[in-house]
Amino acid sequence: MDETVAEFIKRTILKIRMNELLTILKAWDFLPENQLQTINFRQRKESLVQHLVRLCEEKHASLNDAALLDIIYTQFHQHQKIWDVFQMSKEPGEDVDLFDMKQFKNSFKKILQRALKNALTVASKHHQIVKMDLRSRYLESLKAIVFKQYNQTFETHNSTTPLQERNLGLDINMDSRIIHENIAEKERVQQITQKTFGDYPQPQLEFAQYKLETKFKSDLNGSILAEREEPLRCLIKFSSPHLLEALKSLAPAGIADAPLSPLLTCIPNKRMNYFKIRDK
Amino acid sequence: MSVLRPLDKLPRLNTATILLVGTEDALLQQLADSMLKEDCASELKVHLAKSLPLPSSVNRPRIDLIVFVVNLHSKYSLQNTEESLHHVDASFFLGKVCFLATGAGRESHCSIHRHTMVKLAHTYQSPLLYCDLEVEGFRATMAQRLVRMLQMCAGHVPGVSALNLLSLLRSSEGPSLEDM
Repeated sequence: MDETVAEFIKRTILKIRMNELLTILKAWDFLPENQLQTINFRQRKESLVQHLVRLCEEKHASLNDAALLDIIYTQFHQHQKIWDVFQMSKEPGEDVDLFDMKQFKNSFKKILQRALKNALTVASKHHQIVKMDLRSRYLESLKAIVFKQYNQTFETHNSTTPLQERNLGLDINMDSRIIHENIAEKERVQQITQKTFGDYPQPQLEFAQYKLETKFKSDLNGSILAEREEPLRCLIKFSSPHLLEALKSLAPAGIADAPLSPLLTCIPNKRMNYFKIRDK
Repeated sequence: MSVLRPLDKLPRLNTATILLVGTEDALLQQLADSMLKEDCASELKVHLAKSLPLPSSVNRPRIDLIVFVVNLHSKYSLQNTEESLHHVDASFFLGKVCFLATGAGRESHCSIHRHTMVKLAHTYQSPLLYCDLEVEGFRATMAQRLVRMLQMCAGHVPGVSALNLLSLLRSSEGPSLEDM
């Protein structure tokens, strides 16, 4: 086995946490099950790794095998990478033929030396490939957005509280000495929020970025900035552990007016979280 | 334009009503709960509103004290308060209005300068109180204070009126606005 391959395998295994090592090795399916059972997973990690690398050497692991292990590790730790999304579309006027997976794989392997984008284009018979303005750590959420699968309404577990009260966040045993003056307004906000975001859990994104190249607009006359001919360049980034859920709760929490700006609410629908805004 | 007036209704027996105005309902609700936990000889009623004017309703009792809750982290909160103030009759500002600023503890999150609040309170001749409503201990203390203020404004404390209270609070304030 090549020294590089050995090192590659060693480094990949070192990254793997002890509690998931066996699972990943089984998924890799390179070392046979009975061999895995003979390994002592309780020893110190360094000696364990050396042992595993030796076993791989005995089986003549190739670069392909090592790469496969790396891919499996990445699958388990999707969230550590930020994923880009590419959209493939056929040229207009061409027939829609069935996608041949085997041929795709073969073509793809043959031309891996070229830039990835070119390789994909050629491999899929000259379809157009466009990078989408959509990025996130959460692969599942990206898939849900791209294939429009996020709007499933799930049956909630507790349906004993009447829908109205549950939505308004009111406690059934609320003190009658407290009077909410703006019930109508609350209902309005709730309805708008539900119409915009639905009842389902939102797909998970961590940021939305808006690149503005617009002329400065001001109510004040004679403002120096308003006289500028060139557009102002400005970058606004919203970050959150769960951006769409945060946006959904803005109006009900009273932090923003409903309805929210369509620039914020269009994100899953337009399948974008990177925007460029220019004057028309 | 409908306007709140302090004396347009008759008081109910032994009842004191406070109106909390603010954009963040959760905070108002928590403050209301804390106030109602207090032992109080008067019957308390707490009305919560996002903004003024209030929806028209014949059945609302006379309001004895209005507290405008401003979250220092949110310019939206301040803007909402400024717009609501237009719907309050001038005579309310004789001791029956106060401003409550929350969020001063997390200074890095504050987008409203303290000076802005001081100026607002000064313009409307009303006391400005600070309290981080999210902290239970501070909230409980403020709730106690508001209950006592409310009782005075409702006339339930013999010998002390809202106007008395206002002058008392004014004289114990820090340096005047001009000195800042």
